[in-house]
Amino acid sequence: METPEQTPLTAAPAAAAHSIRLKIFGVGSAGVNMLEPMAALGLPNAVLAAVNIDAASLLNSGAPEKISLETRLTRGLGTGGDPERGRAAAEQQMAALKAACAGVDVVFIVAGLGGGAGTGISPVLAKAAKESGALVLGFVTLPFDCEGNRRRQQAEEGLEYLKEAADGVICLPNQKLFKLLDENTSVLDTFRHSNELVVEGVAAMSRLITSKGLIEIHFADLCAFLREHQGESCFATVEAAGPTRSREVIDKLLSHPMLDSGKALTDAGAVLVSLIAGTDLTMAEINRVMEHINSKCSRAQVMMGAAVDPSFQERLSVTIVAARQALPAAAKIPAFEREGEHRVEAQEFDTQLHKTPTPRVQSRFVPPAPALTPEKMEQLAGRQAGASRGRKTAPRMRQTQLPLEIVSKGRFDKSEPTIHKGEDLDVPTYIRRGIALN
Amino acid sequence: MFDSSTIIVGLEIGTSKVCAVVGEMNAEGTLNIVGLGQSRSRGVRKGEICDAPKAEEDIRNAIVEAEQMADVEIRSVYLGVTGGHVRGFNNRGVHPVVSADREISEDDVQDVIKNAKTINLPAQNHVIHAIRQHFLVDGQDGITNPVGMLGSRVEVDVHVVHGHLNRLQNAIRCVKGLQLEVDEIVFTGLASSLALLTNEQKELGALVIDIGGGTTEYVVYADGVIKHVGVLAVGGDHVSNDLAYGLKVPLGRAEQLKIEQGSAVVSEDCKGQILTISNEIGLEMKKINLENLRRIMALRLEEIFQLIAQDLESAGLVDYLRAGVFLCGGGSRIPEIAKLAEEVLEMPVTIGKTNSISGLKSALDQPEFATAIGLVKFGSFQQRKRGAKPSIAEGLKNTFGQLFRRP
Ligand SMILES: Nc1nc2c(ncn2[C@@H]2O[C@H](COP(=O)(O)OP(=O)(O)OP(=O)(O)O)[C@@H](O)[C@H]2O)c(=O)[nH]1
Ligand SMILES: Nc1ncnc2c1ncn2[C@@H]1O[C@H](COP(=O)(O)OP(=O)(O)O)[C@@H](O)[C@H]1O
Ligand SMILES: [Mg+2]
Ligand SMILES: [Mg+2]
Repeated sequence: METPEQTPLTAAPAAAAHSIRLKIFGVGSAGVNMLEPMAALGLPNAVLAAVNIDAASLLNSGAPEKISLETRLTRGLGTGGDPERGRAAAEQQMAALKAACAGVDVVFIVAGLGGGAGTGISPVLAKAAKESGALVLGFVTLPFDCEGNRRRQQAEEGLEYLKEAADGVICLPNQKLFKLLDENTSVLDTFRHSNELVVEGVAAMSRLITSKGLIEIHFADLCAFLREHQGESCFATVEAAGPTRSREVIDKLLSHPMLDSGKALTDAGAVLVSLIAGTDLTMAEINRVMEHINSKCSRAQVMMGAAVDPSFQERLSVTIVAARQALPAAAKIPAFEREGEHRVEAQEFDTQLHKTPTPRVQSRFVPPAPALTPEKMEQLAGRQAGASRGRKTAPRMRQTQLPLEIVSKGRFDKSEPTIHKGEDLDVPTYIRRGIALN
Repeated sequence: MFDSSTIIVGLEIGTSKVCAVVGEMNAEGTLNIVGLGQSRSRGVRKGEICDAPKAEEDIRNAIVEAEQMADVEIRSVYLGVTGGHVRGFNNRGVHPVVSADREISEDDVQDVIKNAKTINLPAQNHVIHAIRQHFLVDGQDGITNPVGMLGSRVEVDVHVVHGHLNRLQNAIRCVKGLQLEVDEIVFTGLASSLALLTNEQKELGALVIDIGGGTTEYVVYADGVIKHVGVLAVGGDHVSNDLAYGLKVPLGRAEQLKIEQGSAVVSEDCKGQILTISNEIGLEMKKINLENLRRIMALRLEEIFQLIAQDLESAGLVDYLRAGVFLCGGGSRIPEIAKLAEEVLEMPVTIGKTNSISGLKSALDQPEFATAIGLVKFGSFQQRKRGAKPSIAEGLKNTFGQLFRRP
């Protein structure tokens, strides 16, 4: 039995006639490396360009466009890991960078922050791109803790510059990857993994803005979203095919290590969801996925977009960018916290607990028992007010402006949400199970 | 008088109610309940204090009521603690037997217990209990007392119950703010199990589930010892909240509907039944489908039992519960809840009875009081031991003191 909801949405609103021109710049050695897997993906409508100072890195790159910023200033020596040199070199070649951005609608800047080139060049490139009229989105990684303080500091500074210059920045602290990998993973494999995650994010985001928008996220809204929440964002992309694909993507998302088994959603201040599938994408599927995600996002503004890409055939891909609540500037860049450990001499239940009595209080102030009745009344009344506003879990299908809905938690407003394996148990069970009432 | 009897007070600062129970232990060690005080709880959510001034007031009211009934002045309490942060795990201590003859001595036993209690936990965690289970000698399991046995290695298993230090301190601070001492903090699930279970049931293996307002605690016994504990930060409030949401009524009304019309199962006869609810002045306000009401409740309660079942399954404990399941807490009053639990847990389920202590019997045999009564029982065990063994000043060094030293 097919309800109208389940009919494929092929008759979707015709996409805007113009197609968006997207250019992805890989900056610095890490950024250039990341272009490789992107080229392999064959993103439609996207041009790839490698930007670096290091000649060897450009030589090895298969990118169709290469911009060398090697100057007298840096010749032969690279940047020596100093972002100032990277920045100076880029500023010298501002004209070339602007020319590279001419006629482009959207620019993505991909880089590993912490070194000299990526960190120094990216903000300048962002500025150049903006000046030539493009919208600019940065995808950057932050260094591993073990790379040391200097790199971290450089990365943090570079990130601030980039945020200022770009319309939005999504950052992936490499340290987060440690959770995903076993400790014997080689450095190269670790970087490869990091690259994959960034590439997934870039690919999803580029599809989101270049594919036929079924439910469009305006790029400006997207940037506003990122500007407001660019502290620590993590993202995850999952894919599934076949008749049960919507269920599968939900399971995969909720067990995705980057999302801390769903905890990242619960803690997020803002969540961006992008769904892409072939022409057989149905409204029911979008609903199912969004309902689950919404039920996890207890505090977050949720923003969603869905797009149809015929090349996906029966695959459904969902990408989530979860941004933490905006933090004060100093706290914006996550520092890896090692759990303080200490040894506890536990008391044992079946051995006696000897306590020398603390000096006894001579007399305790005991007021007469207050008359409780009027108070109880008041309390009951208080409970009833404020309680009637239930949670809204219906997916938001279209939004033109931020901020989005903030969900009320009713009775559990003041308490920590009850999260069990990524599921928010404060949400009525019947809703999470999708049981219809009469 | 003071020498021949001891006053032991259990205090539960629940999500729904604050409850103080006063016990009197006479010289022979017989425990009598002599007082009870209660007050509606307004400063607690999900088992944890969120509004300290309100909580303090509610605690004071409950204590004053209990003092009046028992005609004593309460100076210290065994305090129940719970919350979603409370967890348990099993830990094993190891000790090599070094004496030439390989005979296990009392010292060896003390050392292995000490070893088992040395636990690596993050600094923000506090161990509430480390409950002794069984000893092993050279890998042989199930030994109650290894002293005098021959072996080269003695081990002991303990069940460790721990929680977040700061969150535990919140409750303690409230109590101390009322000039009351805290004798010990006790996990409320453990307290309830002490109130409900006989030794025989503990030997056979039993599961106790306490369904309160904002939390559901559970405790598993097998072979006479605690094997597992857990807390779900889900309780009767969730049932009411689900109803308020699903039936589109205010929370107070949902609570009332839950108690007056609720059931844990959706029976045939409620299908198609419509309830009409009216407002204060008798005007018809709303029609409610009884089947929906019960379906919402059944789904929530079923989920609670399913989550517990999953946890027990992954702990491998399902086959050890030969005495079955015992329910307590206000949530166990929901009609047909035992039936629902039986279906989910696939074991016999009964509503637990707290009639194992004398005094005030009929008044006390309410499922909500299991925790507070259990706290008194816990206290009486400690007092008896205290009587048996002369106290050693060393006890002061235990981590319990740590809770108070921090601001
Ligand atoms: N994901 C990923 N990160 C990398 C890779 N290589 C380096 N990084 C990270 O990116 C940061 C910057 O390194 P590079 O890209 O090598 O530095 P650069 O921008 O070329 O700058 P210089 O070589 O110092 O001039 C490092 O601190 C690492 O955290 C890579 O292949 N993949
Ligand atoms: N007859 C009843 N039917 C359904 N629920 C009940 C009934 N009586 C009490 N409750 C529920 O039990 C919960 C309180 O249980 P209690 O053990 O006192 O909680 P706590 O220890 O957390 O204060 C409340 O959610 C209350 O609505
Ligand atoms: Mg380099
Ligand atoms: Mg309770």
